[in-house]
Amino acid sequence: MNALLATVRRDLLLALRRKSEVLTAVFFFVIVTSLFPLGIGPEPVLLKKIAPGILWVAALLATLLGLPRLFAADHVDGTLEQMALSSSPLGLLVAGKILAHWLLCGLPLVLLAPVLGLQFDLDASALGILTLALLLGTPLLSLIGAIGAALTLGVRGGGVLLALLVLPLYIPALIFGAGAVEAHIAGLGAGGHLSLLAAMLALAVFFAPWATTAALRIALE
Amino acid sequence: MRQSIIQWFRFASPQSFYPLAGRMIPWFWAAAAVFGIAGLWLSFFVAPTDAQQGEGYRIIFVHVPASWMSMFIYLVMAFWAGLGLALNTRVSGMMAQALAPTGALMAALSLWTGALWGKPMWGAWWVWDARLTSELILFFLYLGFMALQAAIDDPRRADKAGAILALVGVINIPIIYFSVKWWNTLHQGSTINMNKAPSMAQTMLWGMLLMALCFWMYSIAVALMRVRAIILERERHTEWVKHAVE
Repeated sequence: MNALLATVRRDLLLALRRKSEVLTAVFFFVIVTSLFPLGIGPEPVLLKKIAPGILWVAALLATLLGLPRLFAADHVDGTLEQMALSSSPLGLLVAGKILAHWLLCGLPLVLLAPVLGLQFDLDASALGILTLALLLGTPLLSLIGAIGAALTLGVRGGGVLLALLVLPLYIPALIFGAGAVEAHIAGLGAGGHLSLLAAMLALAVFFAPWATTAALRIALE
Repeated sequence: MRQSIIQWFRFASPQSFYPLAGRMIPWFWAAAAVFGIAGLWLSFFVAPTDAQQGEGYRIIFVHVPASWMSMFIYLVMAFWAGLGLALNTRVSGMMAQALAPTGALMAALSLWTGALWGKPMWGAWWVWDARLTSELILFFLYLGFMALQAAIDDPRRADKAGAILALVGVINIPIIYFSVKWWNTLHQGSTINMNKAPSMAQTMLWGMLLMALCFWMYSIAVALMRVRAIILERERHTEWVKHAVE
């Protein structure tokens, strides 16, 4: 557990020394969501209807933006090999890196989403559901994305390939995340969607670090 | 028992699998031709015209087998990939790599024939139905698998990385399928209900099964031919390949 916390602290520290990289993904999220009304038109009814989908797709893409950096720098300077050789299990260290990635790339999106939701005329309860859905969903995105990041580590054209591998796997999170808000607006209640999102998160917390570790070991061979 | 296990593992070596595959290919081609001719004859000349859909329904004899094969090949591919990862056998990874293009072809064929069928029946090339959407996602998964394998130069690493992706995909396919299904029922956008299949005439069912067997044999034959090419390419530095090619 100490190893995990140490990895989280290290990754956060490294990211805070180079703030622009983290902020790029956040600004990307803000800009993309602001572009949609400009492209579609300012009718509040339409915007309110498509808001959950837009915010979720933008969150998906913003998370994707930070993924190539998850292991690349450590791979280049050899830290990753030291991690694989260290006495703490690699899976634990990888879990720490994924947690740090979520804190840097996922959590800011969760905190910003209510503000951006206001642009789309969502009411307070819908904003609450949106934030809750993103809070459950963005760790899922980081976990699944980490598998893709490990598989494409040091591969030619890794960034585009990563999107191709990971985006189809993001679809369930998108459906239930955006669906939770839509169901709430439609008066159906968001409980079912949020429960399913939480179930997928539990599944991913268990399996994803393990699959990521296996993929990293292959990349390090 | 122990004897038989050793016999099976003998074919895990590319050198002994290559001639075996070569011997099997003509038989699978022949079986594909027999089933295909019988299936096409049954589906075009024997099967009656559908009361509701007219002659247009006959595309089902290509569409349904292609959809079945696209899903089944992914499972087989993941099985070989998992076996290769667990036992570190070289031919397993090659089999997975050889199956992927055929699976992608089947998925594309299924989407294409589905669009051709959908236009006269529903009046739309594409509806966001659960089955169509999950077939499209399956097609994306095949493309991702092939792109990952193509991007990695070292074939052993490509096999292993592809294997992990295939296994992650296999876990995700049921999740994706059900999420798309529930998403669809929530929206209730289309009025078409595909779950109520009209009761099918016996000859139609036979035609479909024969065509499915034809597609199955074709897939095996093509995958074996492709795996032979992959073996030659990867083992080109060895002595036996030089003799085999001569």
